[in-house]
Amino acid sequence: MGIKFSLVAVVGLILAAYIGVTAAGLSHFFGVSMPYLAMILFLGGFVYRVLKWGRAPVPFRIPTTGGQEKSLPWIKHAKFDNPSTKGQTFVRMALEVLLFRSLFRNTKFEIEKGHKLFYQWEKWLWLASLTFHYCFLVILLRHLRFFTEPVPFFVHGLEGLDGFLQVGLPGIYITDGLFILAVTYLIIRRLIIPQVRYISLPQDYFPLFLILGIGLTGILTRYVYKVDLIKVKTLTMGLISFHPVIPAGIGPIFFIHFALVCTLFAYFPFSKLMHAGGIFLSPTRNLPNDSRIKRHVNPWNYPVKVHSYAEYEDHFREKMVEAGLPVDKELEEAPSASAKP
Amino acid sequence: MAKVPKPSELELQHELPKTEWMDTPSVFKPGNFSYPGKAKNLKVLGLANPREWSPNDQDWKLPADWKNIVLEGLRERIDKYRTLKVFMDICVRCGACADKCHFYLGSGDPKNMPVLRAELLRSVYRKEFTLAGKIMGSMVGARDLTEDVIKEWFMYFFQCTECRRCSLFCPYGIDTAEFTIIGRELLNLIGCNIDWVVGPAANCYQTGNHLGIQPHAFKDMLEFFVDEIEAVNGIRIEPSFNRKGAEFLFVTPSGDVFADPGTYTLMGYLMLFHEIGLDYTWSTYASEGGNFGFFTSHEMMKRLNSKMYAEAKRLGVKSIIGGECGHMWRVINQYMDTVNGPADFLEVPKSPITGTTFHNAASTKMIHIVEFTADLIKNGKLKLDASRNDHLKVTYHDSCNTARGMGFFDEPRYVLNSVCNNFYEMPANTIREQTFCCGSGSGLNNDEFMEMRMRGGLPRANAVRHVNEKFGVNTLSCICAIDRAVLPTLMNYWVPDVSVYGLHELVGNAMVMEGETERTTDLRGEPLPGMEDNENEDI
Ligand code: HEM
Ligand code: SF4
Ligand code: SF4
Repeated sequence: MGIKFSLVAVVGLILAAYIGVTAAGLSHFFGVSMPYLAMILFLGGFVYRVLKWGRAPVPFRIPTTGGQEKSLPWIKHAKFDNPSTKGQTFVRMALEVLLFRSLFRNTKFEIEKGHKLFYQWEKWLWLASLTFHYCFLVILLRHLRFFTEPVPFFVHGLEGLDGFLQVGLPGIYITDGLFILAVTYLIIRRLIIPQVRYISLPQDYFPLFLILGIGLTGILTRYVYKVDLIKVKTLTMGLISFHPVIPAGIGPIFFIHFALVCTLFAYFPFSKLMHAGGIFLSPTRNLPNDSRIKRHVNPWNYPVKVHSYAEYEDHFREKMVEAGLPVDKELEEAPSASAKP
Repeated sequence: MAKVPKPSELELQHELPKTEWMDTPSVFKPGNFSYPGKAKNLKVLGLANPREWSPNDQDWKLPADWKNIVLEGLRERIDKYRTLKVFMDICVRCGACADKCHFYLGSGDPKNMPVLRAELLRSVYRKEFTLAGKIMGSMVGARDLTEDVIKEWFMYFFQCTECRRCSLFCPYGIDTAEFTIIGRELLNLIGCNIDWVVGPAANCYQTGNHLGIQPHAFKDMLEFFVDEIEAVNGIRIEPSFNRKGAEFLFVTPSGDVFADPGTYTLMGYLMLFHEIGLDYTWSTYASEGGNFGFFTSHEMMKRLNSKMYAEAKRLGVKSIIGGECGHMWRVINQYMDTVNGPADFLEVPKSPITGTTFHNAASTKMIHIVEFTADLIKNGKLKLDASRNDHLKVTYHDSCNTARGMGFFDEPRYVLNSVCNNFYEMPANTIREQTFCCGSGSGLNNDEFMEMRMRGGLPRANAVRHVNEKFGVNTLSCICAIDRAVLPTLMNYWVPDVSVYGLHELVGNAMVMEGETERTTDLRGEPLPGMEDNENEDI
């Protein structure tokens, strides 16, 4: 159900954009209003979400420790899996964000007869995920050429590097192909691994279909319909300089691509895609394991009802004295009704 | 107590139900749940809604406005815990955590996949706290809070040992144990808890330890072990209790005072402290290292933990040494100083024997006995004869809490390698930070839960069986009192020829003490290697 719903939603978006710009004369909406709206939602939503998270205090220092703690000087400390300083924690976070360190640990279980369990090598998710995210990043950065004049050197550099590895067809970016492959893998695994399918919600399929749609329409825009990129740049530069214009003659495929991208941006802050921000705030990863060394303060720590030693001794004084245990108040000093069973 | 199927008859299948998880009811069957908290224990602790009830009843006798209480409780906690707030929103349901949970591996129940366990709570959050959930409902994985949901929470938050193995593998560090801990807090607000947690907590609160050992009995029990030690090596030890002005206070889980094989570990502590002449005292008031309050709520954890610093202050000791325990050390490492500190009346722990200052405990002022012993051995302060443990082929179980809540790996291994000659590691996927739970942690070590315990313990037992078959390992060592209480049962079930030992029992075996008589047996009275002929002689 979730799959169909998400697929229908993405196809619906595509149709809406197509009909909108070809038949309903909504070029201005799809070319100008929608991107502005999307950016407002994206930036506003992102900031709002991060601030909302950030407002919640971190009462306890509970990093998940992934290696040897800092201990006696002669015991080798796993600095980056179990950091004890801010600097080491920074490296741990960098490993998480840039290399998906935790996901790299992944294994897959197998059961044999006789209740024997095995844990198999399983790095495909890590590989596909890393590929997907880096391709996404590179593609995003490459798109900067539509929003800058002159185009910064590193964008050209990226294009060069990306295209340099091209085989056969001229002008095809490696990242485009890898991106489609990786997203397809992520969709397929979600569909065929029974456990993953069982836990999947519409909001898990939707971004994948949307992103696949963005990738495919992007490729169509560039290689098949060969949309006039000069005109596209006129449009995008108009948008970022707040003097929007819609040049005539940009094919509908571009508007479809653009509408999907706008949807992704608008949807981002209200979805699980916020993991991009959340990972930085995750208390099991972003804190050093140093709470024996330095006191961590809980802003809402409050006094609680405890059973004091005095109450305890009142309760057991007779037995304690009889057993020869030291007491703070001798029997005769204490109120007589003290020793209960 | 439910009958537990024989290992060969224990069905193990990971087929998913035909129905979606939200439409699959949770069925309470003998062996898959723990008995509810008794009213008298709830009253001792001042917990809500004390009553007699059973999970099998149709009517759980919840307070009239239970729904409001739970939702308000959730709202309050979302604003108090960044973990909860962030983890509610960022799970991508990638499934990396799914098969990392020992309860999922051993039961095949999809709601034991950490991600689904968290969704049990997240689905209610979506409905109540997000716009999409309010509008689109089950379409976006949101659902109403009903009594059935409460029952499901009770089932699955008490089928999680808070071991945090899932958290290690999650790309964002989402810690399902946080959902369990807070989920249990919410259940406690309406009086749904298990007696194996609130019983010990009530005992600990009033009497000083989980087992409810009263002060005079505590002293008697320790003196019994003093006699036992004398029988083994002729040395008379004189421990002191509630003694003001001692240099150290020693606190260990009461389980070690109470039952085998923890008692042998306790004998190891007594021998070690005697041998090095440590100026220390036991306390009958702070006679519990463990903290079943932690399995009730953060507040209860604080209430029980408070005794350690309070007693250290009253007795005027310089610093505290803690015994071998798992969750006790998670609390000490990650919570104690925050909830009950600052311990500014104590000094940074310093070993009077080696002169080593434990800078890693600069603020809590409390050190782990294993790091203390490792330092003694490193500095050559103990005379050890590892061959006295030659009858044992040893492997080592990292307990979850010291593993993923501390990173305490090489200290115990160093000690282990110093006190025994045959040490074999289990496979890499099952030790250190990736260690598998004993299956009975977080207050689930009761008898009625036995089938799930044996299931949840399977991944651990499976790894032990591997080294048992490969190297002939017959000894599973550990530094956790719950492990010592539950692993013997687990081994008996899955790998019957393996026995369980605490680390300091092995230290006690190997330690050559000043003035000891010739040793013929280990602390358990079993003949030492080469002494088998003396077996029938008196010692
Ligand atoms: C700080 C930046 C980010 C980090 C560290 C990060 C990390 C991850 C990781 C580790 C996963 C889990 C593996 C997987 O399921 O593929 C994941 C999933 C995902 N990420 Fe990101 N991500 C980041 C930013 C983004 C951005 C900007 C997008 C934009 C669309 C995105 C889209 C996704 C999607 C759609 C999934 C789910 C894949 C699936 O359903 O299988 N991520 N991310
Ligand atoms: S590993 Fe983390 S992100 Fe992935 S499903 Fe589990 S909790 Fe969610
Ligand atoms: S904390 Fe442990 S028991 Fe609980 S869900 Fe995670 S892996 Fe399972």
